[in-house]
Amino acid sequence: MHTEYVSVKHGLLALLEQRPMYGYQLRQEFESSTGSTWPLNVGQVYTTLARLERDGLVVPANGEDDSQRLYRLTEDGRSEVRGWFATPLRHESPRRDELAIKLALAVRTPGVDVRAVIQTQRTATVRTLQEYTRVRESAVDDLSWLLVADSLIFTAEAEIRWLDHCETRLARAQRSSSSPTTTPVSAPNQVVKQ
Amino acid sequence: MTTTSLAVQPVLNHPVLELRGVSRVHGHGDAVVTALDNVSLNVAAGEFVAVMGPSGSGKSTLLTIAGGLDSPTSGDVVVSNVRLGGLTRTNLAAVRRRSIGYVFQNLNLIPSLTAAENVMLPRELDGVPTRRARREAVAILAEIGLEALADRFPDDMSGGQQQRVAIARAIVGDRKLILADEPTGALDSVTGEEVLRLLRARCDAGAAAILVTHDARHAGWADRVVFLRDGKLVDETAPLDSPETLLVAEV
Repeated sequence: MHTEYVSVKHGLLALLEQRPMYGYQLRQEFESSTGSTWPLNVGQVYTTLARLERDGLVVPANGEDDSQRLYRLTEDGRSEVRGWFATPLRHESPRRDELAIKLALAVRTPGVDVRAVIQTQRTATVRTLQEYTRVRESAVDDLSWLLVADSLIFTAEAEIRWLDHCETRLARAQRSSSSPTTTPVSAPNQVVKQ
Repeated sequence: MTTTSLAVQPVLNHPVLELRGVSRVHGHGDAVVTALDNVSLNVAAGEFVAVMGPSGSGKSTLLTIAGGLDSPTSGDVVVSNVRLGGLTRTNLAAVRRRSIGYVFQNLNLIPSLTAAENVMLPRELDGVPTRRARREAVAILAEIGLEALADRFPDDMSGGQQQRVAIARAIVGDRKLILADEPTGALDSVTGEEVLRLLRARCDAGAAAILVTHDARHAGWADRVVFLRDGKLVDETAPLDSPETLLVAEV
């Protein structure tokens, strides 16, 4: 939850660097620049704005009696945005990766066809990558969205390369079959969906 | 479980390419190597199929057999309703020239010919008069945004431009089947994308294409991805949803 607050927080601050905006505008702009990949709900936007105001990073830019509040950056807010862009993100503890956990356990679980697990995942991830590629082609003139779509594509590609690598590693481990943790591999055509 | 033929998806019209139970065995006796093992695959007009698999899985063999550059040990290859196995050498050569376009990693553009002359070459071999061949070549170069390069020599073009000229040569003369083997070679990722976008556009215009690659990002451009392992087709991706239904916000 904390990380989510941080990325939404900086996202909204960066948008306010362009010009003062209303909450609903911030939501729209956030979504359109990231291709609606990480949709925000109205509640998240207003909760975040309330915290930003509490922390002195934004202030209302219009009168108290207006029904909608227009927000603008304070000087502190501006330096927060600059700091965000100037500082690399830290990947402190590895994100829990269900697929890595699944394969790690697959090689230790009797009766699991690890190659089939790998192939099933590979097919699914390649299909996801096909979909991302199509979506990206529909948005070629929006640079922000292109970069987000590329990020999704490269992440999917990395997973597929890792799966290929796992399969090679598995085959090698089985050839030097002294390893006690490996399970027998069935013929590759058993991978085909039954 | 001995057959590796995959269910044929609903096809709009007859397939441009059919591989029917194709096997390719090299060597004899103890030295036998099965490069392809009972592979069946259809590619329809307008369809872009990617073939993925590790080195030695039979990807390139599949492509050379589909293009009539090699013959299967058993099974049939049918291109636009013509069974390649039943053709004389001369007729097979004609089908290869007229119906099939090849794009390989080594571009094989002829350095002493201009872009237009390289593209004209297969048409002239086909007996098309020079003037018409030139007109066709310039038209196809224009279609892919390379008209300005028509009179340049390969050495005066970037790698991406050379590769796109090679694709122009592969598709000139309205060839219905494009066979590509790692066609982006050593191009950087954005330039490589232009090559794939061009292949995609040719399929959207009605050509059938097979792309052999180990690069998942390239396979991502295909309508369907099939996986080869030890000469067998082991899996394929399910049909894609329409782009409109993707990444719809779940709020």
